[in-house]
Amino acid sequence: MSDSSDDRPSTHFLLRPAENLGRAIVGTLEELGRFFVFLGRVLRALPRRPLRWKLLAEQMERIGVRSIPIIALSSAAIGAIFSLQITILLGWFQAETMVGAAVGITLARELAPVITTLMLIAKNGSSMTAELGTMRVTEQIDAMETMSVDPVHYLVVPRMVASVLVFPILTGLANVVGVTGAYVIAVEMMGVDPGGFFEQLYWYVNPIDVVSGLIKASVMGFMMSVICSYFGFYSDRGSKGVGESATRAVVTSSVGILIADYVMADLMLKWLY
Amino acid sequence: METIVEVQDIHKAFGSLEVLKGASMPFEEGRITAIIGQSGTGKSVLIKTIIGVMDPDRGEVFFRGEEITTAPAERRREIRRNFGYLFQDSALFDSMSVYDNIAFPLVESLGMRDRKKIRAIVEEKLEWIGLPEVGRKMPAELSGGMRKRVGLARTLAARPEVLLFDEPTTGLDPVLAESINDLIVRVNEEFGITCILITHDIQATFRISNAIGFLYEGVIQEHGTPEELSRTSHPILRKFLTNSFADLGVAG
Repeated sequence: MSDSSDDRPSTHFLLRPAENLGRAIVGTLEELGRFFVFLGRVLRALPRRPLRWKLLAEQMERIGVRSIPIIALSSAAIGAIFSLQITILLGWFQAETMVGAAVGITLARELAPVITTLMLIAKNGSSMTAELGTMRVTEQIDAMETMSVDPVHYLVVPRMVASVLVFPILTGLANVVGVTGAYVIAVEMMGVDPGGFFEQLYWYVNPIDVVSGLIKASVMGFMMSVICSYFGFYSDRGSKGVGESATRAVVTSSVGILIADYVMADLMLKWLY
Repeated sequence: METIVEVQDIHKAFGSLEVLKGASMPFEEGRITAIIGQSGTGKSVLIKTIIGVMDPDRGEVFFRGEEITTAPAERRREIRRNFGYLFQDSALFDSMSVYDNIAFPLVESLGMRDRKKIRAIVEEKLEWIGLPEVGRKMPAELSGGMRKRVGLARTLAARPEVLLFDEPTTGLDPVLAESINDLIVRVNEEFGITCILITHDIQATFRISNAIGFLYEGVIQEHGTPEELSRTSHPILRKFLTNSFADLGVAG
């Protein structure tokens, strides 16, 4: 399609920044509007039958099982690094045994859900966008529509449900592996008393800390799957467009999740802990 | 012959570019109707509005006298089950085998669950397109012509009343193009399916079609039988046909 800009009357150069700003605002509002329409389609499609158990299982395997190594590795590293820094800090106050509690609370409330989500955005979110984007530009999504199959119900809903279910499970794994990483560094390498490590962990980390992290992970899984599916679903301009969509999906969902994490943390600090 | 599909005063614009500016044309049941025209005149857009992949900005699409564009979504989905669409690049699902591609509309669109019945239909369609051995292959392992055939088998599996072909022979060598044209005629004759195709292959169009519409500047300028169009006085269509048949020295 030809660019319509040629037909527009030329703007005085002093007014161009204002024109560009206006165009950017209108573009952003249009994009937001389209996203919320898409979100509405996803939510409307959610309770509709048939339930596609096979597709759901495939997505859970893809997002969940195949992500175990990367989640284990990253959470072990985060637990170990955090333990290294905090043990030194606590050592100034002869409170090294508190490292178990510090690592446990921080992982359960914040680090495990956020790190898990960011790793899953990098691994699964980008591929979700690329896969749906390729289906869009090769008209596979259109083909589904011509067969009276709702592509949102067939493609997006299983990914969304799988993410909501799998993210908290992987976050739970990240908690366990992260604490293990912290234990290895604090106890085995830095000489913290193992009994003290576990005693402080047991006394200071409440079940609500873990549950709040798992709730956060579910919300983040929902956000990632919808945002990444949205960018894939509306990809255009061939392989270049799909690549750009994948980049935008990763950036938008990462930023969105960090903002959502702050909002959830604030609400939970007020009402939950 | 009864009109099965009709488009009336279809308008469609992309930004400031108006592609369709009031296209109207009836399509008769059980016939092969082609829409011809130069590249970029909106032929694909027109048939995508017929099947509902694109919504027109203005205008109406009728199926057996029922207006589709303003129908509720569920009703549109029901009506759409009467249509099949063969995409230019086949649009096979690349993560599924050929077998699963053909079974897809049976399971997802028609709601069939009987595996034996599904297998029988898939095998029958593969046999019909002359590729009984490709069921286990993935679309990436097929040639362009084979992909078109498999796309046709997938479309036929859902037993549509109307089949839309988007440039069915584009990108194929003359022999393969000929075989696809033969398949279109067979689809029409053996199953009685109404075929609507858009194409650049003017010579084949005049050979296989019962009716032809000429789309130019967003409007169907002329439509009629191939004989009627070959006697046209429309200067652009005349030039279009002269250029297309120049090699054979038929028109001019």
